[in-house]
Amino acid sequence: MKEKLEQIKEEAFKKIKESETLDKLNDIKVAYLGKKGELTAVLKSMKDVAAEDRPKIGALVNEARTQIENMLEESRRKFEAAAMNEKMKKEVIDVTLPANMPRMGHRHPNTIALEEVERIFIGLGYEVVSGPEVEKDYYNFEALNIPADHPAKDEQDTFYINGDILLRTQTSSVQIHEMEKGRLPIRMIAPGRVFRSDEVDATHSPCFHQIEGLVVDKHVTFADLKGTLDSFAKQLFGEDTKVKFRPHHFPFTEPSAEMDVSCFKCGGKGCRFCKGSGWIEILGCGMVHPHVLEMRGIDPEEYVGFAFGVGLERIALLKYEIDDMRLMYENDDRFLSQF
Amino acid sequence: MNSALSWIKAYVPGLECTDQEYFDRMTLSGTKVEGFTRLDKNLAKIVVGKILSIEKHPDADKLIICQVDVGTEKLQIVTGAPNVSEGDLVPVVLDGGKVAGGHDGGPLPEDGIEIKNGKLRGVDSYGMMCSIEELGSDRNFYPEAPEYGIYIFDKDDVKPGDDAIEALGLHDTVFEYEITSNRVDCYSIIGIAREAAATFDKPFNPPVVKETGNSEDINDIVKVEVKDADLCPRYCARMVKNIKIGPSPKWMRQRLAASGIRPINNIVDITNYVMEEYGQPMHAFDLDKVSGNKIVVKRAADGDKFVTLDGQERTLDKDILMICDADKAIGIAGIMGGENSKITDDVHTMLFEAATFNGPNIRKSAKRLGLRTDASGKFEKGLDPRNAPEAINRACALIEELGAGEVVGGMIDVCAPLKDEVELEFKPEKYNRLLGTDISSERMLEIFKKIDLTYDEKTNKLHIPSFRQDLLGQADIAEEVARFYGYDKIPTTLPGGEGMEGKLSYPMRIEAKARDIAEYCGFSQAMCYSFESPKVFDKLLIDGADPMRQAITISNPLGEDFSIMRTTTLNGMLTSLSVNYNRRNKDVRLYELGNIYVPKSLPLTELPDERMQLTLGFYGEGDFYSLKGVIEEFLLSVGMKKRPEYDAKSGLSFLHPGRQASISYEEVKIGFLGEVHPMVVSNYDMKGRVYVAVLDMPAIVPLTSFARKYTGIAKFPAVTRDLSMVVPKEVQAGDIEKMIRQRGGKILESVKLFDLYEGDQVKEGCKSIAYSLSFRDMEKTLSDDEVGASMKKILNGLQSMNIELRS
Repeated sequence: MKEKLEQIKEEAFKKIKESETLDKLNDIKVAYLGKKGELTAVLKSMKDVAAEDRPKIGALVNEARTQIENMLEESRRKFEAAAMNEKMKKEVIDVTLPANMPRMGHRHPNTIALEEVERIFIGLGYEVVSGPEVEKDYYNFEALNIPADHPAKDEQDTFYINGDILLRTQTSSVQIHEMEKGRLPIRMIAPGRVFRSDEVDATHSPCFHQIEGLVVDKHVTFADLKGTLDSFAKQLFGEDTKVKFRPHHFPFTEPSAEMDVSCFKCGGKGCRFCKGSGWIEILGCGMVHPHVLEMRGIDPEEYVGFAFGVGLERIALLKYEIDDMRLMYENDDRFLSQF
Repeated sequence: MNSALSWIKAYVPGLECTDQEYFDRMTLSGTKVEGFTRLDKNLAKIVVGKILSIEKHPDADKLIICQVDVGTEKLQIVTGAPNVSEGDLVPVVLDGGKVAGGHDGGPLPEDGIEIKNGKLRGVDSYGMMCSIEELGSDRNFYPEAPEYGIYIFDKDDVKPGDDAIEALGLHDTVFEYEITSNRVDCYSIIGIAREAAATFDKPFNPPVVKETGNSEDINDIVKVEVKDADLCPRYCARMVKNIKIGPSPKWMRQRLAASGIRPINNIVDITNYVMEEYGQPMHAFDLDKVSGNKIVVKRAADGDKFVTLDGQERTLDKDILMICDADKAIGIAGIMGGENSKITDDVHTMLFEAATFNGPNIRKSAKRLGLRTDASGKFEKGLDPRNAPEAINRACALIEELGAGEVVGGMIDVCAPLKDEVELEFKPEKYNRLLGTDISSERMLEIFKKIDLTYDEKTNKLHIPSFRQDLLGQADIAEEVARFYGYDKIPTTLPGGEGMEGKLSYPMRIEAKARDIAEYCGFSQAMCYSFESPKVFDKLLIDGADPMRQAITISNPLGEDFSIMRTTTLNGMLTSLSVNYNRRNKDVRLYELGNIYVPKSLPLTELPDERMQLTLGFYGEGDFYSLKGVIEEFLLSVGMKKRPEYDAKSGLSFLHPGRQASISYEEVKIGFLGEVHPMVVSNYDMKGRVYVAVLDMPAIVPLTSFARKYTGIAKFPAVTRDLSMVVPKEVQAGDIEKMIRQRGGKILESVKLFDLYEGDQVKEGCKSIAYSLSFRDMEKTLSDDEVGASMKKILNGLQSMNIELRS
């Protein structure tokens, strides 16, 4: 009996090994383990076995059954894996074919630059505010220490609506609106559109954007102004950026300065980009003129402030190496989609 | 302002630095240098040569062979120049040297021209004799040079072997300064030299003016009356007789030439020289042409005519100040003299004028006359009245020095009371507190000394010299400390004080969201001008009576095309789309966030309403409904979760009459969308369908919210019912949906249109429309009865709208 079982097992193993398809495996399963299969037949013939041997033989039959089942299962998995591999082989794709791009729009370079500037100053605790583009002469000039006869009024080539109302030539007017709110201290930036009567060319536009900054507090110093703008320049143009402050004149700040940054193209060695000087002029700044504070009812003995103004297009043109201002207002998709 | 470094060095004798050092340090101390040009940039190995002999070239009629003594040796040089003769002293460039340009005086090559020994028609030539053009200049600045040919030196000035460039004053550098409008004193050599001396910590030696004049007194001869003192705070005059017109000396000519001023003759050159040196413009009248030996300074009358010394007739007005004699005008004050009194070569006696005029008045007069001169450019800045007598005395000293005439004694000085010179308390702690520095008082006082601010220890006051009209307050003094201490030496710190909250304003956050959504949906950001042409309204088919036509006009625009402040963003959008269309860019989608300017009344008396508009526009792929989707996506993203209402009867003339809608939300009108009217499309040189939408951000912002709340995921199953119906074409789906939602009750979860059909199988004038309705209760499984009850109400509703269900 035992020999017969061994023989059946060997036979089954051999057949499983030789089988090549899942169907064959099924046939083998039926032939050995099915109701009319050989192992079942052995169980059926148990009645001929001596009663004391039955449990032993029974165990042997079960063991043989398990072994055959395991081997069948193992082969089945192998066949399935092979079939899957076969299928995947037929599904090979060319991964170098072009991507199917989602259709996204693009942000204007001005906005990208502005968002960078906003991020930096929000991080330094500045509130972003705005003011009117069509503005009273007073806010654009007089309140900024530029009286009626001041040559700066001519220099700025102002668009006038009438004697009293104009298109603001600088976002500095927002300084006055902020101070007028009567909330101190102030830490704000005011991005916005400004206007000057410059004919359109590669470097001029009658409409452009500035970002004004203003801090008014009890203990603010020129050193703080330097530190703030140094941090700004490093964040905007890279950690290695150096800054240089040159004395300058603005009617509404005193002392005043212009800030240059080391050329981020050549690192300050001098190149075509910085016209050989290694430096690029970026912004004007200074300590708020005491008279400007006074006119707003802020005591210049108690409060001091600093202010700065940056040309947004200037930053965008420099950073993204745009060589013609006109591109900024033409809205050609081939330009916009590069950002 | 341009000037030669040698002129500055004349008054700052210890100044020794490279051009770059000068550039850097002057800029850092506040005298901004724009750039500099070395006059000898491309001049090398050029010496004075003496022509010993001249013979004809054997093979060329126009060439001559010269033997030239160049000090160290004798050279044979062949030249074609017609003007040299034996004994002449000329500039010679030696083998391997360089000249700046060609003899034709054309544009100078960047790197000059190298000169080598060579042969001319078979005869050896060692070097070249130079014309003034080859040396990089021209006869405007060296009037003594011949029109064609080699420059010839004055025999007394040079000897063979001398540095010819030195002799011509070309070892010099011209610096171009950008002087800020507050530093009137620095529009002069003396002003810049004072800054240079302070910057480099060297002594400052300005010219010393000696007393001049004969024993006569001008006050006995000439009378000056200033009738309009408000426009002329000071008028100084001196007189010169027995004038001998002639060329001015070489040193003066060379300094003027380096500053870009053409030497003319001694009298003209002296006035120009003093204007450069002192920053004080002067004028010279031929006194024999001044009737009555009288000067009257007064305003012109409207419509007066006057011929200026350039021969042009000018029309005057009552705000223009004139210099007159006893019976006529002889000059426009501060701008230009008259032809009737100008100095000519036969002048015998003249009157020098050095005055100060009201700056803004000069500026405006020059602008009205369209006549901006060097003099008016200086006067308009508002000159220091204390400078005028010094300048006129300097001019008279130069007259005597140059032997140009006999200076008459005395000076006429008509002067309004001078403003007191400013005195300010010395407050070192205040300066340090403002600057964030720790500079000692001693250091500050050293700085003040260098720039001629005197300090009185007893009163603790700083005395501000009158030429520093910009120093009026303590902050100004702090700047003086800062710029000579060095902006670069001031520490770099961040502000202390209480921490503040950095943030965007709420409307800015909504705008940021609008940008995000527009870009997710494929729209790129455009930026358009705020002003445009009044013709755009016709282009957009906007009715003559439409309030949109009430636009603000700019009084001095760049031209009609930029003359009104826009009241609609459509023109900007359509123009941008048109640019793209005509450049054959495919499927372009643009958006803009920008203001329109709505006047409250016209003409403008108060500031207009500036309304931020979100404008979307596209052509190519997409349709009305895709644009509608972008709008709804945006509204959802800013928490506007209710359904916007679309009214097809908005009647917007620039849109397709059957494909437009105004959009409202909670009864508030927030914008419109539609297909652009085909005629408008064609007005913008496009073809095909173009879509636009405009959302009014100030209307939207109050309806938005960034609050978010989770409402749970449904645990119980939904029951769906489909409704298919045939309705007359003109019934709007929106109305059907609205009714279904109203009647479906709380358990109606969604209504989705899944089929819309017009055509053969549907009867004429009707459309077939089908909805899938989904019902759900968040708390329990819905029973058929509950759904049935809702459906019954909906079906009743359809019946009342006369809509039949499709079987």
